[in-house]
Amino acid sequence: MLKIASKTSGIIILTTLALVVIFLSIEAVPAIFASQDALRDQIPWFANSGDHNIWQYSIPLLFSTILAALLALLIAVPLSIAVALFLTYYVPKRISSVFGSLIDLLAAIPSVVYGLWAVAVLVPRLSGVFNFLSRNFGWIPLFHGPVAEPPRVLLTVSIVFAVMVIPIITALACEIYSQTPHLNTEAALALGATKWESIRLSVLPFGKSGIISASMLGLGRALGETMAVLMILSPGHSFSLSVLMSGQHQTIAGNIAANFPEAGSLGVSALITTGLVLFLLTFIINFLARKVVDLPLKTKRRKK
Amino acid sequence: MAEKESKKELKKKLKKKEDKKAAKREKKSLMKLQRMIVTNLDVYYGDFLAVQDVNMEIRPKAVTAIIGPSGCGKSTFLRTLNRMHEITPSASVQGSVQLEGVDLYSDDVDPVEVRRHIGYVFQRPNPFPHLSIQENILAGIRLNKQKLSKEEENELVISCLKNVNLYKEVKDKLNQPATSLSGGQQQRLCIARAIAVKPNVLLMDEPCSALDPISTRSIEDLIVSLKSQFTIVIVTHNMQQAQRISDWCAFFNVTATGEPGRLVELDKTDTIFNSPNKKATSDYINGRFG
Ligand SMILES: Nc1ncnc2c1ncn2[C@@H]1O[C@H](COP(=O)(O)OP(=O)(O)O)[C@@H](O)[C@H]1O
Ligand SMILES: [Mg+2]
Repeated sequence: MLKIASKTSGIIILTTLALVVIFLSIEAVPAIFASQDALRDQIPWFANSGDHNIWQYSIPLLFSTILAALLALLIAVPLSIAVALFLTYYVPKRISSVFGSLIDLLAAIPSVVYGLWAVAVLVPRLSGVFNFLSRNFGWIPLFHGPVAEPPRVLLTVSIVFAVMVIPIITALACEIYSQTPHLNTEAALALGATKWESIRLSVLPFGKSGIISASMLGLGRALGETMAVLMILSPGHSFSLSVLMSGQHQTIAGNIAANFPEAGSLGVSALITTGLVLFLLTFIINFLARKVVDLPLKTKRRKK
Repeated sequence: MAEKESKKELKKKLKKKEDKKAAKREKKSLMKLQRMIVTNLDVYYGDFLAVQDVNMEIRPKAVTAIIGPSGCGKSTFLRTLNRMHEITPSASVQGSVQLEGVDLYSDDVDPVEVRRHIGYVFQRPNPFPHLSIQENILAGIRLNKQKLSKEEENELVISCLKNVNLYKEVKDKLNQPATSLSGGQQQRLCIARAIAVKPNVLLMDEPCSALDPISTRSIEDLIVSLKSQFTIVIVTHNMQQAQRISDWCAFFNVTATGEPGRLVELDKTDTIFNSPNKKATSDYINGRFG
């Protein structure tokens, strides 16, 4: 019975996915096969970009999307792990459960609210930090100046992404870490490990694959996030790594939201093509993540 | 005279900030010092008195078995011998446990350091699942931050594996995950991991209860062979096992649930099984229990 139910639901999910891909592809066809002149005539923002076809137009968007999401994870994952370990192992149960429900609340806040908070509170405060980064670490391409004023730049977007996904990853990480078998932690402690050493020896390895999955969930949210980008970023269209400069980047989701209301039929088709690219990206990332999670097991098997 | 010196050294070693180099130098002489003395020990879980007023001497280089009905506090008592009970937040202890005159519960003794000198083997085999067989054995050394050369490490791994009669079975797969071993092999690996740091005393809580008879037998042989090097305290619910492997035997009992467990009798294993002094002991030994 359960088997049949899970089988049918599996089939339903797969067909839905397939249908989405087919729908997107059909809608994308006009833009994919349109001539350069047609695209330039009918889509003003395409003309501005100076690109020759829709794929060429998609790549810088894809680049910015990945850059923003990766920077966000770079900030969010270590912080989330630290907070989760702290709550699970260093704080009395009663306090950690209060914080736990607070984190769950944070995870449920809609992104518009985060966007508003960022514009009102975060952006004005970041100038100083960004200038400091640029002055002292400007030799790193990431921190090339001049710093935009106000800093409506990709790094700000990444920081807001990070703030959005930290509650999600932290909540999952708490869940994972609290399930570490007692046997493993005690094995470490009995060998004369300090608390931190026992965490490194038992909790972190146990939670590794779970943390990767949690990060992928966070990454998914960051890749598809629209409102925060729209509200914060001053857009551009380039392959720039300089996340402190304005007018350099635009994400796929942000670009769709910004241009959709004014788009004609070919414009809509072009935007859908970029959406298809985003869809493929998430698909590939999930696939890779699964590979990474399985990796240790695979090598074990091969050695046998 | 030399013994007194060594005692001082042990005391120094158990102190929180030890001099690592001196510690390493003195490790050999410490090996001789393995007598433990427990005085007026009470163990609590919160307000619940689980074990009451234990007084016993654990002889060096001998196997002491702890037997008794389940729930009488055998595991609880064993865990207080290397301060493992402190991992349970509600657990607390009154009284003293001494290792060669050094009180393990005195304020300036670090529980982490105590556990490095008094090893522990658990009921269920628990190798680190993400580490290889070799890395499992070296885990304790790495925690101690002892720097060994590659050859020294390999030597240690091999000698520990030989010590637990596991070398022949695993010599071709030292780099495979420990979880690829059978339960009995995993338990022997755990013992190897515990003795790799050269502890003074080895505590074991029903190390065979999750194993098949053949693995049990090989671990029993192993325990007997290890007592020339270590003081061993083993909890077991299997009286034949206690009879087979121990030199000294301690019988714990509990009169009713909710009552504290007590040490009824400690004597030579022969005496406990053939002519015990207490009626409760002979009742338990002869199966007239509960
Ligand atoms: N973590 C714990 N918290 C509270 N009570 C415990 C805990 N562990 C054991 N006890 C209690 O202490 C008593 C002794 O338990 P234990 O030492 O496990 O007995 P044994 O190992 O002899 O079977 C039992 O009454 C048990 O319920
Ligand atoms: Mg027990």
